[in-house]
Amino acid sequence: MNITIKNGRLVDPRNHVDATTDIFIAAGRIAALGKAPAGFRPEHSIDAKGLVVCPGLVDLSARLREPGFEYKATLESEMHAAVAGGVTSLVCPPDTDPPLDEPGLVEMLKRRAESLNLAHVYPLGALTAGLKGTHLTEMAELVDSGCVAFSQADTPLIDTQMLWRAMQYATTYSYQVWLRPQDSFLARDGIAHDGEVATRLGLSGIPAFAETIALATILTLVRETGTRVHLCRLSSAAGVDMVRRAKAEGLPVSCDVSAHHAHLADTDIGYFDSHCHVVPPFRSQRDRDALRQGLADGTIDAMCSDHAPVDEDAKQLPFGESEVGVTGLELLLALAIKWADEMKLPLSAAIQCVSARPAAILGLDAGHLAVGAAADLCVFDAKAHVRITAAHLRSQGKNTPYIGYELPGRVRHTLVGGRVVFEA
Amino acid sequence: MNNPQLNDRGGLRHLLTIEGLPREILVNILDTARSFVSLSGREVKKVPLLRGKSVFNLFFEPSTRTRTTFEIAAKRLSADVINLNVQSSSQTKGETLLDTIDNLAAMHADMFVVRHSQSGAPHLIARHLTRQNVVNAGDGRHAHPTQGLLDAYTIRHHKKDFSKLSVAIVGDVLHSRVARSLIHVLNILGTPDVRAVGPRTLLPTEIERLGVRVYTDMAAGIRDCDVVVTLRLQNERMQGPLLPSPQEYFKSYGLTPERLALAKKDAIVMHPGPLNRGVEIDSAVADGPQSVILQQVTFGIAVRMAVMAILAGQGKAGAA
Repeated sequence: MNITIKNGRLVDPRNHVDATTDIFIAAGRIAALGKAPAGFRPEHSIDAKGLVVCPGLVDLSARLREPGFEYKATLESEMHAAVAGGVTSLVCPPDTDPPLDEPGLVEMLKRRAESLNLAHVYPLGALTAGLKGTHLTEMAELVDSGCVAFSQADTPLIDTQMLWRAMQYATTYSYQVWLRPQDSFLARDGIAHDGEVATRLGLSGIPAFAETIALATILTLVRETGTRVHLCRLSSAAGVDMVRRAKAEGLPVSCDVSAHHAHLADTDIGYFDSHCHVVPPFRSQRDRDALRQGLADGTIDAMCSDHAPVDEDAKQLPFGESEVGVTGLELLLALAIKWADEMKLPLSAAIQCVSARPAAILGLDAGHLAVGAAADLCVFDAKAHVRITAAHLRSQGKNTPYIGYELPGRVRHTLVGGRVVFEA
Repeated sequence: MNNPQLNDRGGLRHLLTIEGLPREILVNILDTARSFVSLSGREVKKVPLLRGKSVFNLFFEPSTRTRTTFEIAAKRLSADVINLNVQSSSQTKGETLLDTIDNLAAMHADMFVVRHSQSGAPHLIARHLTRQNVVNAGDGRHAHPTQGLLDAYTIRHHKKDFSKLSVAIVGDVLHSRVARSLIHVLNILGTPDVRAVGPRTLLPTEIERLGVRVYTDMAAGIRDCDVVVTLRLQNERMQGPLLPSPQEYFKSYGLTPERLALAKKDAIVMHPGPLNRGVEIDSAVADGPQSVILQQVTFGIAVRMAVMAILAGQGKAGAA
């Protein structure tokens, strides 16, 4: 279908564009900018006057809960949430049940996602069979079936020999390994950042050095193996410093932070708000500020939703017994805008962190809107504020501490491959 | 954030933690408790303040002493008391905490006295209820506010003026809700010198931010103190990653007569019970003239009566 998006402010950080321009879409791709190509007849026109047009968001971590956890969310509910949030590509971690450690599972997930015809889904394969940390998965087979990289999700490898071998093996094929740095022994039984708040509330702590000790191990192995490693969900100021030095040294690492971690700290737990029970834990305000700064200076490449829909019953429990995670697909854009606003950065900085930069980590030709690029894009009202309510969220998970808050940015249209998949 | 313990007039609605409560409310509880202490010595020990009210003792974690003193306190206020040991019934059948609460609330409970192994469980319950009062009888490592208050009552009984006191809290502060509540109550009542004494492994991160001075040397920690509070060391923590053995713990931190001699001559010795004789405290001290451990138990009933009376709107603070 030929579509024209008129009068919008196109913000495309990768191509250094921030200007009002018309966009012409044909055969699922950007056919022209500014001036219609010869003979172009639009079948559909979107008036984007006063609105921003940006590349569709690329989310580096969204749990779709299929297979295995359909009571928390379904592929369908979460894919609708994704496009409602302007997310057109998403990476799903392998922590499903069973974990994504066999080609058949990955193929089924890809096929189910494709049949919904909403956002693109890029699965991460399990780095070890069943995420158990003892046997390598058939990585080459998994890549053939659609995996884009390999990960242990939230169950870090405790066996460093296994980690070393898994990284070596992945590097044989130039595959990327995604790791969340956390020392399992130091994190054992912990439910909150080890600091004043945890001490006051009587919650057992996870020290920040649970992250940095694991990071030191991973970075040492990267130095030895040359593995391309993506570091998931940094949480500490010291961790950001280590990544900054690793990048300066030239190590092939990238990293992300979750949108909620860029805004919240352990103090937000307040009176045991289980919506703030997350992994890694929200740390001190100083850590939070370092994450925000790291994102601004490029040490942290991307902001992701770390979407984890949890049913309300699993949150209506004492803090330590409640299930971890926040819903995030529909808040990612808003929290990126809020971060840029508060950091006094231009809107393009926010968009870059959730589109061009995560696309680069994945090596995808996505996250930008040059002529010829896939027409995956989001049209939103940057001036509007939306009050976040459970009813407003399309995700089956309503679990976010932002319920009741007003956040900037209202998504109006989402297009994937030149098709309108969401309108509000 | 509104303090979930206070009603819109600033009076006490629930007692969940000492932290954040105004001084006047604490003093009022202690004053009210004093009027109930004299009652305990009388022939007829009952007053009708809670007549017709149902108090549910809801213990998700085993307890004998605390549950019994709450039961006695409620009965002396003429309330109907229902004791439930929940770990043995519904929770094992998969019922959630709030389902249990809803069911009990439907039985016209007026007040819940809750003990739970998870920090914050009473907050969750209080947030869920619209009509009933909640008294925290100990949640995880977080708070044990009536214990903190009875400790404060005992200290006030013997020492009168908090503004001149040095209080040493010795032992497993890391896992202790008693220590946290006591630290808060002492700070709010204006105690200038509160000390946490123990090995590094049993002192939680940034505990000094709660308003204590940290000592790892027992002798320095109790020197010239007016009050020494020894904490119970749980059996399962005596040998493992935090401590090598109960013997070594006693050698370094056990309260012996020799160590107690470092404190002021008229120092009192307290313990929340139950005692581990020969682990955190020597019998000669526990049974000695400076020990007020059994008095704590007696005062505990009066303090719990005061808390329940005030929550039911029958004390002076209820109308505050």
